[in-house]
Amino acid sequence: MPLSNTRFWTGAGIVLAALVAMAFSGINEYVFFAGFVVLQFVVLASAWNILGGYAGYVNFGVPAFVATGAYAALVMFKGLGAPLVVQIVFGAFVAGVLGLLVGLLTLRLRGIFFSIATVAVIFILETVVLNWRFVGGASGLQLSRPGPSLGFESYTRMLFAVMAVMAVAAVGISRYLQHSHVGQGLRALRDSEEAAECSGVPTLRLKLIACTVSGALLGAGGAPMPMYLSFIEPASSFNLSYAVSTLAMPIIGGLGHWAGPVIGALLLGSLQQIVTVTISSELNVLVVGVLLVVFVVIAPEGILGLVKSWKRSSK
Amino acid sequence: MEAILEVSGVTKTFGGFTALSDVSLSVSAGERLGLIGPNGSGKTTLINCISGALLNDSGSIRFAGHEVSRRAAHERTRLGIARSFQIPRPFRTMSVLENLMVPLAYVGGVAGGRARDEAMSILDGMGLAAKAGVTSSQLSQVELRKMELARAMAASPKLLISDEAMAGLAGAEVDEVLKILFELNARGITIIMIEHIMQAVMSFSQRVVCLDAGRIICDGTPQAVVANPDVQRAYLGD
Repeated sequence: MPLSNTRFWTGAGIVLAALVAMAFSGINEYVFFAGFVVLQFVVLASAWNILGGYAGYVNFGVPAFVATGAYAALVMFKGLGAPLVVQIVFGAFVAGVLGLLVGLLTLRLRGIFFSIATVAVIFILETVVLNWRFVGGASGLQLSRPGPSLGFESYTRMLFAVMAVMAVAAVGISRYLQHSHVGQGLRALRDSEEAAECSGVPTLRLKLIACTVSGALLGAGGAPMPMYLSFIEPASSFNLSYAVSTLAMPIIGGLGHWAGPVIGALLLGSLQQIVTVTISSELNVLVVGVLLVVFVVIAPEGILGLVKSWKRSSK
Repeated sequence: MEAILEVSGVTKTFGGFTALSDVSLSVSAGERLGLIGPNGSGKTTLINCISGALLNDSGSIRFAGHEVSRRAAHERTRLGIARSFQIPRPFRTMSVLENLMVPLAYVGGVAGGRARDEAMSILDGMGLAAKAGVTSSQLSQVELRKMELARAMAASPKLLISDEAMAGLAGAEVDEVLKILFELNARGITIIMIEHIMQAVMSFSQRVVCLDAGRIICDGTPQAVVANPDVQRAYLGD
């Protein structure tokens, strides 16, 4: 049953208010440090799903977009001393342009060939950053972040609240696209580009829209990273584990529906954080791998698919 | 009758292979044209060039007064060229009804309840109304063929190109699809039919064009084309 707009936004508003209120409460600081990552994954997974889930173009180049957002934000911070909001907007803008360029690849590349090309984008951009002195090159850059504003007790709490706003916005955009004209066309071209064209769907334009919006949101998700860590360096910014996690979450939650990546990110993100704290930080990568394999084999349509078939059988 | 489609001097090569060589063809509005030829003669390449799935190397394609040979496929669809595919290409994750909603939204600009009603009335005409809610990947071969025609109709075309819509169908099913095509033609839609089932082409077409090795070797009434020695040689050899 589709959720009505009012109900969705009421729910989203309540969740957002609760998260922001949490940031003002006396809860342990670490919760926000970990929660930031979970919310960031909600942004990244929702963004990825717009291209990967709706349009069926699997983008393995997530680290390139995340790092583009982070380094663009860094340039704004270091060059102009711009505030966080400006850093995020600029990060989203530059990553959106990168998305548009990657979208042009879809003119010639489909399926696995598109995915391989997106991997190449990671290495090209990483090489650029490695050789760029202003952003710290290979050794990275230590940053001293300004004090928190808007009445937050610490910068981490503020970042948590900002990421909560971005998560709700990303999910809202992803949901809007899915139910719009654009979403219908993307779904058609995912099933067959030839048939979509012959049904009047301007496939190239829709793919460019999906690539740009997805890229911009991935960049926005990465933009707060320099401030979050007070540090930036290429090896972790361009880390392939971003690609694996971001791809695993929508697959585990359910591809092609806005709720899939949200479920996957909350589940996998929280699980990873819990494992990191209670067992080891190495094991959390294993968690992603094992769950991905289990779901691809047992429930290829993710948790949403399981719920759907369970509902059908209980009717 | 006025020509709705005017193909002149169209050539298409793939590397060193010439798939179409200087093909010219004129189709009148409301005509039923059969396109035949042995495998690999260029039939599908020709209709791919007409529908925009491929771009021809040289020559011109005029449709309803517009030069379309450089336009994207979706623009040609909006001008009124619709087609079915030799190997059906359903939107497999969508229901039959949703398949039709795509052209209704993108060509007709209708959505929601009105689109649903229009889609249902098209499906009704094809005898597919009972399958409206079924996911298209679960349809039988004949149902898929009909759905492809229904989806093409949802784009309200002036010209419908049916690319082997009867391949793999049993005798009675061939008659069902033929009946549908006759009905569409009676509503004023020009139809180009590519078909290997000779009985179907001969009974359907007012005029038959035969391609061989990328050239038109014969153009005439069905009886004249069958009797043509070049056509017999193309199919049977010397």
